[in-house]
Amino acid sequence: MNRQYELNKELAQMLKGGVIMDVTTPEQAKIAEASGACAVMALERIPADIRAAGGVSRMSDPKMIRGIQNAVSIPVMAKCRIGHFVEAQILEAIEIDYIDESEVLSPADDLYHIDKTKFRVPFVCGAKDLGEALRRINEGASMIRTKGEPGTGDIVQAVRHMRIMRRAIAQITSMREDELFDEAKRLCVPYDLIQYVHDNQKLPVVNFAAGGVATPADAALMMQLGAEGVFVGSGIFNSGNPEKRASAIVKAVTNYTDASMIAELSEDLGEAMVGINAEEIELLMAERGK
Amino acid sequence: MRIAVLAVQGAFEEHEKVLWKLGAKTVQLRKAEDLKEKFDGLILPGGESTVQGKLLRELSMLPALREKITNGLPTLATCAGLILLAKHIADENTVHIGTLPVTVKRNAYGRQLGSFHYANGYFQGVGAFPMEFIRAPYVESISDGVETLAAVEGRIVGVQYKSQIAVAFHPELGGDSRIHEYFLRQI
Repeated sequence: MNRQYELNKELAQMLKGGVIMDVTTPEQAKIAEASGACAVMALERIPADIRAAGGVSRMSDPKMIRGIQNAVSIPVMAKCRIGHFVEAQILEAIEIDYIDESEVLSPADDLYHIDKTKFRVPFVCGAKDLGEALRRINEGASMIRTKGEPGTGDIVQAVRHMRIMRRAIAQITSMREDELFDEAKRLCVPYDLIQYVHDNQKLPVVNFAAGGVATPADAALMMQLGAEGVFVGSGIFNSGNPEKRASAIVKAVTNYTDASMIAELSEDLGEAMVGINAEEIELLMAERGK
Repeated sequence: MRIAVLAVQGAFEEHEKVLWKLGAKTVQLRKAEDLKEKFDGLILPGGESTVQGKLLRELSMLPALREKITNGLPTLATCAGLILLAKHIADENTVHIGTLPVTVKRNAYGRQLGSFHYANGYFQGVGAFPMEFIRAPYVESISDGVETLAAVEGRIVGVQYKSQIAVAFHPELGGDSRIHEYFLRQI
């Protein structure tokens, strides 16, 4: 285990209990920072617009990402396509704080993810079950998030992914040690990662919720289900009052068990993003990369 | 012994685990009414100082916290916690708690690729201590009465002023609890 990987996992630990917000301009990045984002995700189009536009979706213009890096003092993340290690090299070259190898963009490789152990810069990856999470960690991811269903404003998929992951962790925790070998085989992951989960009742890296979070209640729901923090994509800047909604989500993540505070925070937030029912969409981004 | 850990955002659980190992009890501070609990010491953890500062303000925790620290509540601040405590932040007008008379520089080592492990650290009163720096600040200058407890390559990364101890690195991460023990001995 090299030092940089430890430092990268530790940066994710510093983001815990926080909200990471998608932004497309330096102005939005400043609003996100002022509203209490613990990091921003710089991208050209938010997932809802990517979904609406269709076509091929790629890494953002490095100049646009630099503009956002210069606008804020909090960590800046950016997305590259699954398997597109040259996009990742570019993001490392501009000293991004975290790369999201993301199913929101069009996959560049339908078989292989990036070998993230070859990079000094940290990676976060999406997962919809424990096997995916541990496979990404084995490839070098230092942070995991649920995939959810980005750009929908529908929380159902993120809830499903978090529950599936928590259930699998609970099952492994309760297994006899001689059963772990077969579990490693079943999930196609190395034995030592299964053993870590068995001994610690958690992933070896920080686990955030992402995909479909649109309200303070959604964020608190994911926290109560075991998320260590929340990504909010389209939910903020596609809503009526981004600043107020962003602030409210940040506070709801801090006090996620305080229903009376969340009730107050949920008042007068204006129009939420319209949203698409995850049952009604044709493109399930969560099915990209397994 | 009961130690309050600011739990509005960041790596507060890591501090709690170290404290439990040392036999102390902990209480999380997430909102104003949590400050009414009784506690003997305070930890300000790592995380994002902009987020923590904003939440302290908007959750109406700042005045009470400032008063307790000014009145001598033993406090250990790490990384973002150091920024919260500092009286001045270089190149910014923001002040959060502002009870520690130093000037601190944020993101002083650059972005995540500038984060580093310093194996040869030395902490006054504790001895050799390996240090994790994550998008870390350092102390640019100190006022009279502030004692330097640690420096790395000429930069101050650990200070004490009366009952406040503040460090730019993360003693809660390395599995070495001696700085926490040093803090608990001051109570």
